Amino acid sequence: MRQSIIQWFKFASPQSFYPLAGRMIPWFWAAAAAFGIAGLWISFFVAPTDAQQGEGYRIIFVHVPASWMSMFIYLVMAFWAGLGLALNTRVSAMMAQSLAPTGALMAALSLWTGALWGKPMWGAWWVWDARLTSELILFFLYLGFMALQAAIDDPRRADKAGAILALVGVVNIPIIYFSVKWWNTLHQGSTINLNKAPSMAQTMLWGMLLMALAFWMYSIAVALMRVRAIILERERHTEWVKHAVE
Amino acid sequence: MQWNSVGEFFAMGGYALYVWGSFGACALLMIAEPFLAKRRLSEVRRSLIRERLADELETQQRTQ
Repeated sequence: MRQSIIQWFKFASPQSFYPLAGRMIPWFWAAAAAFGIAGLWISFFVAPTDAQQGEGYRIIFVHVPASWMSMFIYLVMAFWAGLGLALNTRVSAMMAQSLAPTGALMAALSLWTGALWGKPMWGAWWVWDARLTSELILFFLYLGFMALQAAIDDPRRADKAGAILALVGVVNIPIIYFSVKWWNTLHQGSTINLNKAPSMAQTMLWGMLLMALAFWMYSIAVALMRVRAIILERERHTEWVKHAVE
Repeated sequence: MQWNSVGEFFAMGGYALYVWGSFGACALLMIAEPFLAKRRLSEVRRSLIRERLADELETQQRTQ
């Protein structure tokens, strides 16, 4: 037990996390590609045409994974930022910084694919309803986090300010998630519900889950790539970084 | 499989703009982002290598 705790703290140092991240990246890319190919195959060739929405519903296979990831990445980012704030660990703050652009990308994709789905089905690209507005706020929270970090020169102070912003913003996540229940909204209710059988064909569900896994693996892979750059940028005056690049 | 021809597949039952606009945007951004992350890493690596070469040159000159 004690041994394993020491092991984990070892990876909290940038010096040992940098090579570890490098070794993990190819595996996450391979997983992302495998899930992505399977998910796309089901999305386009196995899942049947929807009775109400025709082929237009296929947007769900990217819209739902992007939306899930935009919320989940925010929680992970806030967790790392909070950990960095509490324990003053450098890698956690760097991880939070690295996740923000990927989270923003997922939020942007969620809004974009949502608009392209809303137009043919509701007749509007955008409506100011609870779910859409709270997702837009999430997108701005990511941008705000990135802008705040970029605006403060001292990286340790930037980490602290960013962490507080990230932690306060967590309140938005349950608002997005439950918005379809709490308010009358144009957005349809959740597709997957633990209390009743999924309101969609099995194959559609599988396609969506595989695509979600692909987006998940992608997010980890790209965040690890970025955190490696951030580690070198921020630790560039240390002795180990000078020897890490050959 | 519900497609009888390639054309039918790309037409997406009249929803081509919306379906391909969604999948296309995802593909575009999810190719661009790792590319940018990779470039950021190689940029900082290059500048670190330059820095070290400059250091080495300096110590060489000092010892001569």
